[in-house]
Amino acid sequence: MSSIAVIDYGMGNLHSVAKALEHVQPGVEVRVTADPALVRSADRVLLPGVGAIRDCMAEIRRLGVDAEVREAIASGKPFLGICVGYQALMQFSEENKGVDCLGEFEGRVNFFGNDLKDADGERLKVPHMGWNTVEQTIDHPLWANIDNGSRFYFVHSYYVKAAQSELVAATCNYGVDFDVAIARDNVFAVQFHPEKSQKVGLQLLQNFLNWDGRP
Amino acid sequence: MALAKRIIPCLDVENGRVVKGVKFLDIRDAGDPVEVAKRYDEQGADEITFLDITATHEGRDTMVHTVEKMASQVFIPLTVGGGIRTCEDIRTMLNAGADKVSINSAAVTNPDFVREAAERFGSQCIVVAIDAKKVSVEGEPDKWEIFTHGGRKPTGLDAVEWAKKMVDLGAGEILLTSMDQDGVKNGYDLGVTRAISEAVHVPVIASGGVGNLDHLVEGCIEGKADAVLAASIFHFNEYSIPQAKQYMRDHGIEVRL
Repeated sequence: MSSIAVIDYGMGNLHSVAKALEHVQPGVEVRVTADPALVRSADRVLLPGVGAIRDCMAEIRRLGVDAEVREAIASGKPFLGICVGYQALMQFSEENKGVDCLGEFEGRVNFFGNDLKDADGERLKVPHMGWNTVEQTIDHPLWANIDNGSRFYFVHSYYVKAAQSELVAATCNYGVDFDVAIARDNVFAVQFHPEKSQKVGLQLLQNFLNWDGRP
Repeated sequence: MALAKRIIPCLDVENGRVVKGVKFLDIRDAGDPVEVAKRYDEQGADEITFLDITATHEGRDTMVHTVEKMASQVFIPLTVGGGIRTCEDIRTMLNAGADKVSINSAAVTNPDFVREAAERFGSQCIVVAIDAKKVSVEGEPDKWEIFTHGGRKPTGLDAVEWAKKMVDLGAGEILLTSMDQDGVKNGYDLGVTRAISEAVHVPVIASGGVGNLDHLVEGCIEGKADAVLAASIFHFNEYSIPQAKQYMRDHGIEVRL
């Protein structure tokens, strides 16, 4: 039976993602851990995260999770980042007065701003919280059986703009157009919460557990 | 396409059972919370809120188990409220599988708790529940006051100012219950809902008094709520979630179908 390491660096609720993985593939070995040996020997790696990026990055560095992430990505095994685990892969976030991130992808994490408006001039609330439509921009095994334009659950105040548009796997609009999924080789990362996005989210997690890491 | 307005069924849970009082007093049994949550999840609810109205410690442990059970079977966001007074309470509920916690009376007693909680767990999981009652009379400018203890205890706090303060302290969402209308099914208090929604930059959930689907529509359009919460109209099968969503869509509101 295959194994998946959900990297635990003390930030947020990992119960949901672990339960969702067990739900879509009963018998899968879910390791909620920061132990490098357990991450290294897992077939798949998932980097979750919620909360403030400064605290997340501080814990990622303190626990050596940065090295684990680099190693996992370099190993070629399927790697999934979720929410702050997606943002952390970028170069820089402007949250908390500016925080350097892991730099696995070129791009920035920007604030939506407190005077965000839609196309009709209606004010938009921040955080971007709730179900929004995700426009797939590439074909990818992780989009299998998920309709383009499906709604996923988001909760975030900062958004990713990737520098390499060819790596963007999906976009969304909330006052601004932003990148909500990125894909390169064995890495896939998303801004939304698949573990909270009901059927479409569970499908994405199922796709990840079925994925061999090739685009 | 835009962000959908959320429909949130609310389960008042006492000693492990869903109940719903009318004006917070008269209790009717609506079933096992996990089964009820699963039913709503299958129907397409956008989130679930559990409000623990249990008074005893034993009952609280039951609630933790209920949250754990629910979180392993239902994969939409779950908010847990009622009796959240310390960071330890929050940690317990998040570990059990809640995505957000709702702080009510403890915010009134100790506003700094909201800041502490937001700093420790992130604003995204801190909902502040506000129970507001209209205190101005006909002819006066509208004024709403915060009440605690199920609407019995006035605090002297202005509801709109209080909401702004809670957001400044780190609340990521406001759950606004208009008390004078709760359970009597005359609809949300649209005045206070709109006043607070326009005053803060975080999402506002309208709650209290839903008796029909027009109330949900009004809450979104006139009340400018980002989400609408209801209990008894769903628990007793007066309306289903898909019915409610279709009705909202027919009135031009963006929903997740």
